[in-house]
Amino acid sequence: MAFDKMELRDIEVWDGNFAAAQAMRQCQIDVVAAYPITPSTPIVEGYAKFLADGYVEGEFVMVESEHAAMSGCIGAAAAGGRVATATSSQGFALMVETLYQASGMRLPIVLNVVNRALAAPLNVNGDHSDMYLGRDSGWIQFDAYCPQDAYDLNFIAFKVSEDHDVRLPCMVHQDGFLTSHTAQGVHTLTDDQGYGFVGEFKPMNDMLDFEHPVTHGVQTEEDWHFEHKARQHNDLMTKVMPKIQAAFDDFEKLSGRKYNIVEKYDMDDADVCVVCMGTSVETAREVATEMRAQGIKAGVVGIRVIRPFPFFEIREALKDIKAIAALDRSSPGGTVGMLFNEIAGSLYNSDSKALLSGYVYGLGGRDLTKANLVALFKELQANVDAGKVTTPLQQFIGVRGPKLAYL
Amino acid sequence: MSEMKKIKNLKEFSTSADRFEGANLLCPGCAHSIIVREVLNATNDDMVLSASTGCLEVCTAVYPYTSWDASWIHIGFENGSTAVAGAESMYKALKNKGRLKQPERNPKFVSFAGDGASYDIGFQWISGCMERGHNIMHVVLDNEVYANTGGQRSSSTPIGSSATTSPAGRVSYGEKKNKKDMVAIMAAHGIPYSAQVAPNKWKDMVKKIQHGFSVDGPVFINAVSPCTTEWKFDPKDTMHLTDLSTDTLVFPLYEIIDGHELNITYRPKNVIPVEEYLAAQGRFKHLFKDEYKYLIKEWQERVDANWAYLQRREEARV
Repeated sequence: MAFDKMELRDIEVWDGNFAAAQAMRQCQIDVVAAYPITPSTPIVEGYAKFLADGYVEGEFVMVESEHAAMSGCIGAAAAGGRVATATSSQGFALMVETLYQASGMRLPIVLNVVNRALAAPLNVNGDHSDMYLGRDSGWIQFDAYCPQDAYDLNFIAFKVSEDHDVRLPCMVHQDGFLTSHTAQGVHTLTDDQGYGFVGEFKPMNDMLDFEHPVTHGVQTEEDWHFEHKARQHNDLMTKVMPKIQAAFDDFEKLSGRKYNIVEKYDMDDADVCVVCMGTSVETAREVATEMRAQGIKAGVVGIRVIRPFPFFEIREALKDIKAIAALDRSSPGGTVGMLFNEIAGSLYNSDSKALLSGYVYGLGGRDLTKANLVALFKELQANVDAGKVTTPLQQFIGVRGPKLAYL
Repeated sequence: MSEMKKIKNLKEFSTSADRFEGANLLCPGCAHSIIVREVLNATNDDMVLSASTGCLEVCTAVYPYTSWDASWIHIGFENGSTAVAGAESMYKALKNKGRLKQPERNPKFVSFAGDGASYDIGFQWISGCMERGHNIMHVVLDNEVYANTGGQRSSSTPIGSSATTSPAGRVSYGEKKNKKDMVAIMAAHGIPYSAQVAPNKWKDMVKKIQHGFSVDGPVFINAVSPCTTEWKFDPKDTMHLTDLSTDTLVFPLYEIIDGHELNITYRPKNVIPVEEYLAAQGRFKHLFKDEYKYLIKEWQERVDANWAYLQRREEARV
């Protein structure tokens, strides 16, 4: 069986889903086991069309559920080859059991997650509930802010995930509809450049090496379970970030596009900043620039790598900031938001005297408007001026009805 | 093409090189290990195996030990079939791409799972694998109960059996529902081969396993696996119980080709009354009370009706 290469223009007009599908094609995946779900379906459809048109030479298995999709990916990865799939929301939730199994078995798999709210109430639009649900699963998590990122981060994800010192599965997140269905100019790699970057898959502990039979997915109880989990955590904490940085560096050399573990915007002399993820980063950057014209020295920190969480990079990025807003696009279900928690954890015991407040926004695809962010930056400046947090620690923004605020 | 393993007698068969080691934690008298050895010994080809969560899995791969001298994977309770299907897909992909390390080999892909992991929680995954036409074999180690977790009823548990979640009691005779006909359901997927086997009839089993390995597409095997712990019989009597299961026709041995052509593969010379099968097991003990004896009669009628049905199916050749 052979396959054809595809001629791409230097800049193609792609939405985030098609950008991810194109990256998957260029990485020459051996097995994709997938199940469709809005809004990630076009990734799977795009890949299926590449296959139907002879641009892909792998096995494409359309299974009967997302749980089976990840189960098939685990079996395929253990057999020894390049594996990827895509999902969203309820499908991601159905996969959760197998997410832990994939990472615990140290199998390199790339999962494109097109972020969407979790029911109930049922909702097909973008928020970060599914992304947050995966945050303790032992996967590496990258966050894309636009179709270009969704494309580029797939190559980086394969490179990091398949590294023999890492061998951990990797998610590439993008915002449902806002990124996945919004076409933008995407700078492309040629097929040779893209495949050359990720390189040929190098199997390890592969079940298809019959000279070296291997047992995957063993039982451990109180005697060994803790050591297995601790080693996995240790590798996430100590080995992964340097590999990500190296992959970012290599990718910059190849493409000229620079990714950072945290993406700082106008942070050098900023007094106030927001920390956020996904498409909100771009909106916040635009508003921050406008705030500077109004005399508020505003900056933005985007989280590029959600897991492992960049504690030191966050501490460094925020060390001179006077007031910080943590923006969480997921209902925290009875506590503070994840970003609020992680930022507080990063800064605690440091010299930072920053005032930290949390905002929950955009659930179920509710827009985060520029006006929302203008008001937010003004609140941060008011905190700086007062020398204390002048608002409750947690506020809901953009929700109808009486203002919701806690703590 | 792989070469069919030739087996002359039981001694030769039982002394084949073991890829499933005797060093495991299964109960003395457990039929699982007998069935697994019979399946593995039916071929000399390499194997990619899975076990769904259950007795076989927890007793054979406790870190840092393994009983498996073959590629083996366990993911979860419901997805052992899909694990092997994923590996089989990778095999096809690497074969097409010329990247197999040992391209001359003809590996066989087999998933083992209990009745709980097959009839109940893994039902959808197995159905998906059968529908998609993977070149895999799914073998159910059917002991009619969630034995690994202490004897809860599954949809394979037969009427009148006392299980911990359908216990016999002062006002109950135990399980109220009849066993799901899994072989028929799997055959209805139109798969090339499905069969019921028993470890006592090892020649019949090996013939079926070898036929399963020779066809192109998914194969479903239901193996009766008497459970000394939950069926409540003496560990030395496993083969006796298996003989009773086949010779009472409670577990008739048959195969279904291409989803429709049914062949009975074993006809007991002397059919034993079902009552003897029930009487040999503690799980049916309460049925011998006067008020429940009608259930024994119904059991016999049900087994007779099923045997008549199988014979009609066989005669009809449809």
